[in-house]
Amino acid sequence: MTQLTPVLTKNWDLPNSFTLDGYGEYAAAKQALTMDPDAIIQMVKDSGLRGRGGAGFPTGMKWGFIPQNDGKPHYLVVNADESEPGTCKDIPLMLANPHALVEGVIITSYAIRANYAFIYVRGEVLHVIRRVQAAVREAYEKGYLGTNVFGSGYDLEVVVHSGAGAYICGEETALLDSLEGYRGQPRLKPPFPAVAGLYACPTVVNNVESIASVPSIVTNGADWFAGMGTEKSKGFGIFSLSGHVTRPGQYEAPLGITLRELIDMAGGIREGHELKFWTPGGSSTPIFTAEHLDVPLDFESVGAKGSMLGTRALQIFDETTCVVRAVLRWMEFYAHESCGKCTPCREGTYWLKQVLKRLDKGQGTEEDLATIIDVSDNILGRSFCALADGAVSPVYSSVKYFREEYLKHFEIGGCPFDRAASTVWGKA
Amino acid sequence: MTYSPEVRERLETDAKEIIGRYPRPRSALLPLLHLVQSEDGYVSDDGQEFCAEMLGLSKAEVVGVATFYTMYKRKPSGEYNVGVCINSLCAIMGGDQIWDELTEHVGVGHDETTTDGKITLERLECNAACDFAPVMMVNWEFFDNQNPESAKQLVEDLRAGKEVAPTRGPGRLCTFKEASRVLAGFPDGLAGEGPAASGPSLQGLKIAKANGWEAPVSDR
Repeated sequence: MTQLTPVLTKNWDLPNSFTLDGYGEYAAAKQALTMDPDAIIQMVKDSGLRGRGGAGFPTGMKWGFIPQNDGKPHYLVVNADESEPGTCKDIPLMLANPHALVEGVIITSYAIRANYAFIYVRGEVLHVIRRVQAAVREAYEKGYLGTNVFGSGYDLEVVVHSGAGAYICGEETALLDSLEGYRGQPRLKPPFPAVAGLYACPTVVNNVESIASVPSIVTNGADWFAGMGTEKSKGFGIFSLSGHVTRPGQYEAPLGITLRELIDMAGGIREGHELKFWTPGGSSTPIFTAEHLDVPLDFESVGAKGSMLGTRALQIFDETTCVVRAVLRWMEFYAHESCGKCTPCREGTYWLKQVLKRLDKGQGTEEDLATIIDVSDNILGRSFCALADGAVSPVYSSVKYFREEYLKHFEIGGCPFDRAASTVWGKA
Repeated sequence: MTYSPEVRERLETDAKEIIGRYPRPRSALLPLLHLVQSEDGYVSDDGQEFCAEMLGLSKAEVVGVATFYTMYKRKPSGEYNVGVCINSLCAIMGGDQIWDELTEHVGVGHDETTTDGKITLERLECNAACDFAPVMMVNWEFFDNQNPESAKQLVEDLRAGKEVAPTRGPGRLCTFKEASRVLAGFPDGLAGEGPAASGPSLQGLKIAKANGWEAPVSDR
């Protein structure tokens, strides 16, 4: 059986884990600043760390794309805009352990030769922003940030930047536009941010958990990190269980652990109920069912079964849950959050929402199922960014696994489920 | 209405500090809009004009940005912005029922404010606290594991001026304007309050400790 491997979550039960006293003295950053920056990039490449924000791109390779000696300023931008439905790992991480992030920022910035870094935190989490601001301030006071970090001659400024409520700003190029003071709308790629990112300069955009994992790699070595996880999905990650499980929460484990193992640790599905469907990595990853309980939760295995590991946001729904209702609510979200730049996404999510509403009320027809698939076909791959592709994941996957349930709605002219039964306080 | 000279001077001092953080001034626009909300409680006409002047932008450019982001209020709002998560997971776990009962109890709908100016209700999208579902947020502080009764009691307490504390946050709740100032990048000194982590956040660590599970030891 797979065992949990607390690294980033290890100090969360200390009352002062969010202060330097509770975290430690940035030994990894001190060590890193004595190394050749390229050696750090190589170390992160060797560790096999892949982006923890959902896409899983190799982190060290991303850093390696930054052109050197190009005479332009380089930037590190931390994507702390965690907003994907179901995803709830970076927020508790920054609340309890913001220094792991700040230390990772120092090491990463040094490696990519950046003297300016930004932490873009979604605005709707006030106390998290306070904690990150305080951690950065503490680091400045100690001489871990600012001019001549640790007396090494290296300078680094870090700015904590609050977003203002836009899911799309979790998309890296939209985030950059937002950080430049514009509406957060995605850019066409290429050029990728590594070539033309913030202010058209070489920029690395990394997720919070990716950056926070870096100090442990520097301290323990690439082999240590690569010794956990699976062949192509190495290391550990935070798995977030939510919904109809007995003990929802954050479980830090090697990649490749299964949902069956995690649910066992979480005390099972809530008493008297059984698993119906779940998301492996947020609402933008196609849903799975009970038949996928033993799929190793790594990038390759989840992909091979038609979904994506995403952010390891495991939203668990039991048999009381109406899948049509869940998909409708996700679609309302995507329609609300579509930035409006690309017509297929802007118009398509709007119309999917209308048709799903009709289906949910039992006023649809079988033809509507063909319509939502057709509309989805016209969204998928036809917009600038991945929000649009993510928006149609729940449509395709729910129709694939639960077509009968859609049909049932208009057979009986309404939703066959009792909503009260799904609630936390609902009776079985 | 335009800002009095004293207010204007104070805002300008803050604005210059914000602009000074960035390599390019326009990057300061989002925090400046938060600053305006900390003064007026919403992105007022004057506030947008002020941002435009500080950054050398046209007002249209500022309005174009302000209207894109949902946290910027377009009209005066309540002292307490009370949000209920209605994204799929929270909705199913009870958020829908909370919203239905709360909106009926308070007598206002989405993005509407009570006549006493205390409470604005808002339907929220996922706020990254799914393991604490159903979730509510007041002035962007966490109110975890809610139910219809606790939600109504919360709003009653806020309207009665009673002290209310978030479940994972400082010992007292800030007003919307105070919260906006923190978002603009001016800390309020409350970061040390509240737990580091609690409840579901510690679930995995607890199990690991009970079983003696740890990450492998490095051979370094």
